[in-house]
Amino acid sequence: MGLTPGTPSSPSTVSLDPPGSEFWVTAKLDDLVNWGRKNSLWPMPFGTACCAIEFMASAASTFDIARFGMERMSFSPRQSDVLICAGRVPFKLAPVLRRIWQQMPQPKWAISMGACASSGGMFDSYAVVQGIDTIIPVDVYVPGCPPRPEGLLYGIMMLQQKVANERLSDARLRNEMEPDPVSRLYIPPDTIDELSEPFGNSVHQTRSAP
Amino acid sequence: MSDAFAIMRPGFAAPDAPAPATPRAVAHRDGAPNPGAAALRARFGPAIVRVTVVWGETTVVVDRQRALEVIRWLHDDPTQRYDYLVDVTAVEFRDTEQPLEVVWHLRSLPFRRFLRVKAELDTKGGAALQVDSVWSVYKAADWMERECFDMFGIRFAGHPDLRRILMWEQYREGYPLRKDFPLRGRFSRSEQLRQALAANPESRYSMEELTIADAYEDLPRDMRDRLGRGERTGE
Repeated sequence: MGLTPGTPSSPSTVSLDPPGSEFWVTAKLDDLVNWGRKNSLWPMPFGTACCAIEFMASAASTFDIARFGMERMSFSPRQSDVLICAGRVPFKLAPVLRRIWQQMPQPKWAISMGACASSGGMFDSYAVVQGIDTIIPVDVYVPGCPPRPEGLLYGIMMLQQKVANERLSDARLRNEMEPDPVSRLYIPPDTIDELSEPFGNSVHQTRSAP
Repeated sequence: MSDAFAIMRPGFAAPDAPAPATPRAVAHRDGAPNPGAAALRARFGPAIVRVTVVWGETTVVVDRQRALEVIRWLHDDPTQRYDYLVDVTAVEFRDTEQPLEVVWHLRSLPFRRFLRVKAELDTKGGAALQVDSVWSVYKAADWMERECFDMFGIRFAGHPDLRRILMWEQYREGYPLRKDFPLRGRFSRSEQLRQALAANPESRYSMEELTIADAYEDLPRDMRDRLGRGERTGE
């Protein structure tokens, strides 16, 4: 009854519900749009390895990714919002992943699922990309080898929080990645080398030849 | 000469083939050799370098020059009938003085026999790391020899289309399974990524390679009939 001020979770939302009269509500456009976006993220599954099995388990009934508005897997990058890279990415697949990301329309986000997609994982070898963030920008990293569905769902909830806090007026959020036209890298080469440095147990491995 | 495309059915095995059974108490060394080894010695003599038996499996090391001839005979001879090429691979030893070996795993379905054929490759000279392709005997050798070439750099003379198969065709770092190849590759990670991203995916996954029309002559007759009637093949 009467003027209801905004709650702590959405302070900008004010509603009026007078008896016998029309109900109205005011809110920031950001809140409304982001609410719609975060609850209907359509994933583009890019599953290459065992993480994809866990991803499928997340989509099945026990864990049910549909609770987050993500039940509509988009197997076309043109109709998807979030790229979920589940599994290791060999160098031969790098241009494919890059192209799928470039085919996705804005707004778009990326989740790097599992140790291999995030860092190369145990595959510190000649054939595997050491983290897909050297190819495309990543919003959420989900650790694990492979992560359980709960881990992926937590990552999705983190992404939803990120989406909820975005501002329409902030055009930088929607900047399209612009790779260098010659090298096609989007971050400097020395940054890639630094990101790809061995860590953990693999530090103790030596190169088999100079 | 056995018919390469004879259909295998249960009970097809030759009359003198032993009944399938799990072998027990197999000796580590010097068990009973595959009867094919003695037949090869009688037929090819000096081309058979040595025969060893380890865990009941016979390995025949043959002269590199005559490997194709030996394998063709094993395939065609009615007393051998090695009709199934299981694998083509190679071995490089840590001792770099030891030559690379190419390994063919052959299985005879009618006689229920397994035979491993090896050939030691020349390390120097014009024919270094080169051996004859067995593609003319087994069509299955096509991709396996390509993989062997991709990983070890062994050239199979007579292969119809010897290209890299696992790594992309512009891959310039060498042959990854060789002992002198560093685990993380020769180039820096940024250079590896730059070269990988420079590739155009369409240039590698050509639909032309996948058309069934190109394989028309090799297809079974019923499939050719269906294609001849204009039936769609799902392309």
